[in-house]
Amino acid sequence: MAVEAVRVDPAAGIAPGSALEFETVIGLEVHAQLLTRSKMYCGCLADYADAPPNTATCPVCLGLPGALPVANRAAIELALLTGLSLGCRIPGYNKLDRKNYVYPDLPKGYQISQYDLPLCAGGALTFVSGGVTRTAGITRVHVEEDTGRLVHRSEVGGEVSLVDLNRSGVPLMEIVGDPDLRSPEEAKDYLIALRQILRYIGASTGNMEEGAFRCDANISTRTRDGVLVGSKVEVKNMNSFRAVERALRFEETRQRAALSAGEAVPQETRGWVEDRGVTVSQRTKEQAHDYRYFPEPDLPPLDADAAMVATVRARLPELPLARRARFAAAFGLGEGDAALLTAEREIADTFEAAIGPEATPGEARAAANWILNDLMGLQGQRGLPPHVLPLSADQLRDLLSALAGGEMTARAAKELLPQVEPEELPRAAAARLNLLSLDDTGVVDAAVAETLAAFPAAVADYRAGKKAAIGRLIGETMKRTGGRARPDDVRRRLQAALDADG
Amino acid sequence: MALTDADVDHVASLARLGLSAEERARLRDQLSTILGHIEVLDRLDTAAIPPTAQVLPLINVLREDAPRPSLSRDEALANAPRQADGFFEVHAVLTGGPDAEEEAP
Amino acid sequence: MSGQDGARTGAGRATTASDLTALTAAEARRHLDARDVSAAELTEAHLARIDAVEGRVHSYITVMAEVARAQATAGDARIARGEAAPMTGVPVALKDNLCTVDAPTTAASRILAGYRSPYDATVVSRLRDQGAVFLGKANTDEFAMGSSTEWSAFGATRNPWRLSHVPGGSSGGPAAAVAADEAVVALGSDTGGSVRQPAGFCGVVGLKPTYGRVSRYGLIAFASSLDQIGPFARTVEDAAILLGAVAGHDPLDSTSAPEAVPDFAAMVGPGAGEPDLRGVRLGVAREYTIEGMEPGVQAAVDAAIARLAELGAELVEVSLPHTEYALATYYITAPAEASANLARYDGVRFGLSVQAPTLRETYERTRGEGFGPEVKRRIMLGTYALSSGYYDAYYVKAQKVRTLVRRDFDEAFERVDAIVCPTSPTVAFAFGARTDDPYQMYLSDVFTIPANMAGIPGIAVPCGFADGLPVSLQVLGPAFDEGIVLRVADAYERSETWTGQRPPL
Repeated sequence: MAVEAVRVDPAAGIAPGSALEFETVIGLEVHAQLLTRSKMYCGCLADYADAPPNTATCPVCLGLPGALPVANRAAIELALLTGLSLGCRIPGYNKLDRKNYVYPDLPKGYQISQYDLPLCAGGALTFVSGGVTRTAGITRVHVEEDTGRLVHRSEVGGEVSLVDLNRSGVPLMEIVGDPDLRSPEEAKDYLIALRQILRYIGASTGNMEEGAFRCDANISTRTRDGVLVGSKVEVKNMNSFRAVERALRFEETRQRAALSAGEAVPQETRGWVEDRGVTVSQRTKEQAHDYRYFPEPDLPPLDADAAMVATVRARLPELPLARRARFAAAFGLGEGDAALLTAEREIADTFEAAIGPEATPGEARAAANWILNDLMGLQGQRGLPPHVLPLSADQLRDLLSALAGGEMTARAAKELLPQVEPEELPRAAAARLNLLSLDDTGVVDAAVAETLAAFPAAVADYRAGKKAAIGRLIGETMKRTGGRARPDDVRRRLQAALDADG
Repeated sequence: MALTDADVDHVASLARLGLSAEERARLRDQLSTILGHIEVLDRLDTAAIPPTAQVLPLINVLREDAPRPSLSRDEALANAPRQADGFFEVHAVLTGGPDAEEEAP
Repeated sequence: MSGQDGARTGAGRATTASDLTALTAAEARRHLDARDVSAAELTEAHLARIDAVEGRVHSYITVMAEVARAQATAGDARIARGEAAPMTGVPVALKDNLCTVDAPTTAASRILAGYRSPYDATVVSRLRDQGAVFLGKANTDEFAMGSSTEWSAFGATRNPWRLSHVPGGSSGGPAAAVAADEAVVALGSDTGGSVRQPAGFCGVVGLKPTYGRVSRYGLIAFASSLDQIGPFARTVEDAAILLGAVAGHDPLDSTSAPEAVPDFAAMVGPGAGEPDLRGVRLGVAREYTIEGMEPGVQAAVDAAIARLAELGAELVEVSLPHTEYALATYYITAPAEASANLARYDGVRFGLSVQAPTLRETYERTRGEGFGPEVKRRIMLGTYALSSGYYDAYYVKAQKVRTLVRRDFDEAFERVDAIVCPTSPTVAFAFGARTDDPYQMYLSDVFTIPANMAGIPGIAVPCGFADGLPVSLQVLGPAFDEGIVLRVADAYERSETWTGQRPPL
């Protein structure tokens, strides 16, 4: 994206308020924490979330004199898996480089990253935005290490910063996207799709609040005729999908206004200020860093050869979009339901395991409905994470077969679900809670008799030819059995009684 | 290659090296002399020569993803010039971002 | 004349303190195992020697007397159990850029004064596991940057042969300690000659192993692609013993080679038979001479090469045409790597911190006051060579020339088994002679630097005297063939009669 700021003379014919046709160009850089047990270059635990400050460190990630890095195989493989899931080229030979800058959260004074030869290059991400399937290029995927964490504190005598190095050396990958996105919404949908893939392949939790998935954006604006062209602006500090969309919307508006007013949009880095809803300038082009990249002499180069790529490729699961399309086609699910069912790999897995390979479209739809309505509802009530359902596949399979066999009514099942214990099969729970369908004809017959006696008007209507009146009688009979009678059984018995005595 | 005072200041700033005026002048002259000697390399045509960053033919030196014990917090902080509440302590970095400390207060 | 006979025969009971400090590691091993000398006695003799001569030589930054005594006691117990390893009970000096948990590790820098490493360098833990005795942390140029040990923040070491002269550097402390009988053997580090050049200046043996042979974990980094830890000793055999104790793959150093470690000690010394170099082709490189080369050095080296021929070696003239470019290449590559390696000395987690009103000023004052002149020079040079606009002209250019230097050796080693040349163009120089002219100081390493650039092993072995100061022969070999350089140096050493001479302290 070679765009230079062009200062336009307002006298050259751009009237304020005239209908300029603008185009927004966005490229995203995502940093995702790789889901490993240990850090990128040492054996300290990578899950620093609950550790007290500076309790998950060692000479390597503290940057102590004499310490040396040793690369984590799992981190390299997960980044490679990500590249493969995005259709990247795997160039084979790649290397690690030192990126030099000074900051108190960077213990060595350099970050081990990849400069000119990344692990993966040239892929694409297909995603759905505004109901349309879009594809954006992936420039590269490379491995990095995280910095420590800074806490700012005011004290008597001034401000201090406190340094916690638990996060130092946690493995990251950077996924650099091509400038192929054309709106803030697209940017958000791209991120959602990318995060979904990372979660599917187990490369990252993608958790934005915990900082496991971070995004910087490059955004520029130009008129379609190419007369007005703004420079690329980098936007940082966006900590949610919503923040990305809002920040880019703000920038889009700001840049269009500037160009419309005949002003230049200078190349700079801006930070999103969430509570004020604005971006502010952090660094101009002239203040750009001189990172002095050079090959990391402490780490031999890498070669993602055919054998390594084949091993990693074997771990590649069916990806979300493919799975969504298959669910829609094979089970006759609507696009929306298929998308919801495949949003999280664990849920799609539970669905498929519960219905089994031989399921009919009807059975699949029934299972989908139970998941999308009842189980997800319960998931929300219980505050479970989006990939965790209240029932396992085994439990769901038991429930579906009980429903199909008439052993339980839908009404009973809805009552039952919140009361199923972990690992308890729904049939067993229903028996425990007395929610299995009534097979005792005496009880049903008694309820029928009670109902007929209690609603003489409805009985009379029915016998007078208003057959629809039976609906009321069925409902009342069901109520009298606590919902446990089978509705078709009740209907049959009611009909028999009404017709016989008529 | 003669360095200017501005060159010396720029490089010292990148390296976070505080220099006295006397050191600065001496380094300007000494580095210029050394760089002059290094110009001998210009006599070699290296256009077709691949670079050597490391001499060993090692490749894919990777460790298994197995956690190892960390240092205790006391050990980690044992050499710290300033610490507070289990953290290393420094003067405030002024705002977020890798070069905030370069910005004016 | 001296303990040489004892070294060769192992006969006789060493009783006096001077006898004990004159023992080689091989001799000490025989005495210790025979239980006629204890590790405690050996250690006390060395501590007494340190007391006696340190005021003049200043080999050590930190003497670890209490640690040494405890290790000696443990060593004696281990020997009594019949579980002695080659280095059990043998007193060793460690260059002060090797991390140790039980003594400060300073790299001779103000910025690390009093620094306590929470871990041992791999070489240190290997020696500890063998039951070696650590006499102390030996002096060096600050962060191993220098060729005279004058750049130590804690005072220069003096050459035991002539106290007005430098011991060489950067490992001047370990070299002087071994030369002055203040340690039996020592470990140093060699980035551009920092083991071999001071060994040469101090008249002892110094070996730089193949890059990757010895783990760098816990060696305070100077230039990571060049640094290598190596032994100092008074005999080639001792250098082989110490190398064997510390060499071998280390999973904590990604650049440590997974190569088998041969029994180096078995290849040298009296046990290897009469000195005999028949069938060995030795390369003599015409490029290993410069303007300013001292005639006395050239004469001694020529005589040594002639001796090697008498021992049966076939002399073959070889060409290493890029030798003259290695120095310039080194003075880009090493400072560039150093500029990054020394970025961690920021006063946040450890080391000196000079507080100033802002964080940035605190960094600058900490580093401005914590680093000495040579370290600053190299950080500046390396930062410049990597900076925007100069990277290709300097750093990449140097990497390419490094390829040419390597190729020179690859081609030469197709024709010869080893290459012989001077270790340095001069003998030890006087204090202050080169501190004002950095480039003259750098020239001191002109013959040692190419081996670091190529990653190959090289040994410095005493080959006589010029102007009353030691001259040194360097033997270079192919990667991972320390055996041939040890064999050539050993054959030479054992064929000479004067090699046991001690400095007149």
